[in-house]
Amino acid sequence: MILYIGRRLLAVTGVLIAIAAVTFTIFYVLPSDPAAAACGKSCSTERLAAIRANMGLDQPIWQQFWDFLAGIFTGRTIGTGQYALRCDFPCLGYSYENSEAVWGLLMDRLPVSASLALGAAVLWLALGLTAGVTAALRKDTLTDKLLMVGAVGAASLPVYFTSMMLIYGLIRTADLLPYPQYVPFGSDPLDWASNLLLPWLALAILYAAMYARQSRSSMIETMAEPYIRTARAKGLPRRKVVVKHGLRAGMTPILTLFGMDLGGLLAGAVITESIFGLPGIGRLFYGALSTGDQPVILGVTLLAAAFIVVANLAVDLLYAVVDPRVRF
Amino acid sequence: MTTLTSKTPAATPEPVAAGSGPWRLARAELRRRTSAKISLVIVALFAVMAIAAPLLSALGGWSPEEFDKTAVDPYLGGQPIGALGGISADHWLGVEPVTGRDLFARVVHGAQVSLLIAFAATAIVVIAGTAAGVAAGYFGGRVDAVLSRIMDLTMSFPSLIFMIAMMSVAKDVNRILLMTAVIGLFGWPGIARVVRGQTLSLKHREYVDAARVGGSGPWRILTRDILPGVAGPVIAYTTLIIPGMIATEAALSYLGVGVRPPTPSWGQMIAESVAFYDTDPMYFVIPSTCLFLTVLAFTLLGDALRDILDPRGSRT
Repeated sequence: MILYIGRRLLAVTGVLIAIAAVTFTIFYVLPSDPAAAACGKSCSTERLAAIRANMGLDQPIWQQFWDFLAGIFTGRTIGTGQYALRCDFPCLGYSYENSEAVWGLLMDRLPVSASLALGAAVLWLALGLTAGVTAALRKDTLTDKLLMVGAVGAASLPVYFTSMMLIYGLIRTADLLPYPQYVPFGSDPLDWASNLLLPWLALAILYAAMYARQSRSSMIETMAEPYIRTARAKGLPRRKVVVKHGLRAGMTPILTLFGMDLGGLLAGAVITESIFGLPGIGRLFYGALSTGDQPVILGVTLLAAAFIVVANLAVDLLYAVVDPRVRF
Repeated sequence: MTTLTSKTPAATPEPVAAGSGPWRLARAELRRRTSAKISLVIVALFAVMAIAAPLLSALGGWSPEEFDKTAVDPYLGGQPIGALGGISADHWLGVEPVTGRDLFARVVHGAQVSLLIAFAATAIVVIAGTAAGVAAGYFGGRVDAVLSRIMDLTMSFPSLIFMIAMMSVAKDVNRILLMTAVIGLFGWPGIARVVRGQTLSLKHREYVDAARVGGSGPWRILTRDILPGVAGPVIAYTTLIIPGMIATEAALSYLGVGVRPPTPSWGQMIAESVAFYDTDPMYFVIPSTCLFLTVLAFTLLGDALRDILDPRGSRT
């Protein structure tokens, strides 16, 4: 088990370095020149060269990449002389826009994105799995059909459409909820939740629909397994068969899905965050794109990738806990 | 969605039963299901709309980029004149606020852009994914190891973030081509995994061994024996990923990194209409409905095809 985790962690590091390399190449090879942008319109050649040297842009690309990688693990000093900036571990560089450390920017925004993703995840798991399992257990009844029609419809709604409908219905017309504004959990949990409820719903409707479809088919497959029949035959109450034997095996495919979705959402809820104006990582990313702030773009991409691979790793480990048939 | 599992095994035809290829099975099943028939009609409708876009907008009398100042009220902040966003005999689906551009013309041209990108990206994904999957599954060993690594790597990319970044960094490129390539780039591992699994189970079947003993080379075995065997799941999977492709295109255009105005696309129309959702809801409703219907129709169609062509696999 420990050996397995160790191997996987090595692989994760490898994947992240590869992603960093690809991202780095794409964004640093492409035509935009951050030094020229930083220098402004009336820029002398010497000054441009000085800025390039200070940003490390005069180095060959592999050297820049190496510095970047080394900086993540050990921290580094960016620039020379009076412009030198000490960037501590884990150093992802400094924003070109406002000279703030990228790591700090990301960590400032993370609570917002995490609140959004985790809250939505709780909602969609509750809604989606309940609907899916109910439909599976009442297969081919009216309940099943209605639930599945609803699910396939909801899964076809883009998140910005649902969001607009929710804003229109619950804020504009009914005036039930405040227009979302991020309130830190620590300062007022109730306010935090009521402000985030709308974005949670918007995300959860889409994902719940997908999870309902998935969990229904997975549950139907599981309930047809011989061991379920055995469990029933030995006289276990139906409830126990469903919960202890059925759900446990039926939910493993959902776990994989959940890992990927949650990992992807933690730093990737760009659309939801921009519709509701939540100052999360997605918004940070979107803003960095319009100004060509490469260190921030790179930082967000890496963080997002890290969430995805770590979530996948966590899911693989959880597998052994959830499904007794899985062994490492 | 999976009425298949409710059927008794006896009533379920084998994926590639003797005498009936995947296409014939698909046709038979599609005829049987009402939802599939309706979605087929919707898909066909939008496909025709996309192909005949110039013709249709000529029929409507407006080009998608033509302003009509007489259709909007300058004293009401450019509100369309008339009820329901200015729907009239002249403008069949109303007009855009402020500019007065004809919504019908924009929606049909938007269909062209949206579906073109979605289909082209799907084609890339299916071709690349099938090729990679067949190669990994059939050749095994080092080829499999390398290809599987690349698949894992691609799947670890935060794809939406990456797509947005690539779309916004590349400035002077053909937007439609770029978008197709970018969307296609991240989709192939899913299908490659399905095909790889299928190939693994096929490659030591008797008929493949027979072909090998009979002196067929790898190319001939792959194209004559393996590919037809994986065709069923591939067709099903293809239909299932199209809605995702359409939605991705719309999402990118919605975020403003997709096709550039004045070229219309559904996602971009929805993004523009958001500012008017309060005063002119029809402007928001029309492209959204098109997007919703297309995605829904392809999903239902994909469900039906998956149930018959690939009863157990590819449920990721």
